Amino acid sequence: MSRIFPYPLMMASLVVVWLVLTSFSPGQLVVGVAVALLAGQGLAALHPVKPRLRRWDLIPKLVAIVLYDIVRSNIAVVSIILGGPRRVRRSGFVSIPLELRDPTGLAVLSVIVTSTPGTAWFDYNAARGVLLIHVFDLVDEEGWRELIKSRYEHLLMEIFE
Amino acid sequence: MSHAADLPPGVAVVVAFFVVLGAGLTLVGSFGFYRLRSFYDRIHAPTLGTSWGTAAIVMASMILFSALQSRLVVHEILIGIFVTVTTPVTLMLLGRAALYRDRAERNPDVPAMDPPKGSLVASREDDGEPAAAVAQPDVSGP
Repeated sequence: MSRIFPYPLMMASLVVVWLVLTSFSPGQLVVGVAVALLAGQGLAALHPVKPRLRRWDLIPKLVAIVLYDIVRSNIAVVSIILGGPRRVRRSGFVSIPLELRDPTGLAVLSVIVTSTPGTAWFDYNAARGVLLIHVFDLVDEEGWRELIKSRYEHLLMEIFE
Repeated sequence: MSHAADLPPGVAVVVAFFVVLGAGLTLVGSFGFYRLRSFYDRIHAPTLGTSWGTAAIVMASMILFSALQSRLVVHEILIGIFVTVTTPVTLMLLGRAALYRDRAERNPDVPAMDPPKGSLVASREDDGEPAAAVAQPDVSGP
């Protein structure tokens, strides 16, 4: 079973993507399943790390938090760009020691940090587990460390580790 | 597909709002890209276009075509997902190249190879040879 369906979740989402793109019909379902089977074999040949999802139920919470933060930081960055030099803005790097080690969790964290305007993921030292991000409007370094750790890292660790 | 005249005015207002919002955010992002001065500041501005700039236009498209075809059209959401998931790849590529260059030039504005906080034992110990630590290429990372 696991030889034919090595990555069931990925293959199921491929079928869904195929059907969404081609407007549902039985014929397209057959083609979609065939594509998913082929892609599953291709991916299995690469031996990627198989992510383990421990807590499904927390994913909606994470998505909600991230969407809210993206809206908030969009507003913040727009007001800084359009606000002109009315106040002195300081940007800078913050290094954050992380406890999260799961590669999938780190990948998700990088997507979160990058897609939130105002923060950019620059470097991750895998040996030490230290993340380096650049913050557009850096007021309080310790605050950012606390924010990343308490808002995202703990949740990601619960989901992936 | 282009029966824009059949669109109820209420839907048209919502669609127009999201299109203008998304286009506006992307424009502000491009303007910031032009106005900001350092590389590290500039990298933040286009994120407006890749987050809510994309999301708002995707939402406008979903609402418009769902209303015109009287069925739920959601495949645009894939654009949003793929833009979001692939952005870190280019950003890290550019960012790490800039960081590497600045570190090689020993620019004081960027942190050196060893992160500054005392939580790391090694950074305390090679205090004697900070230059060697700066010059080493960074092979770690995702």
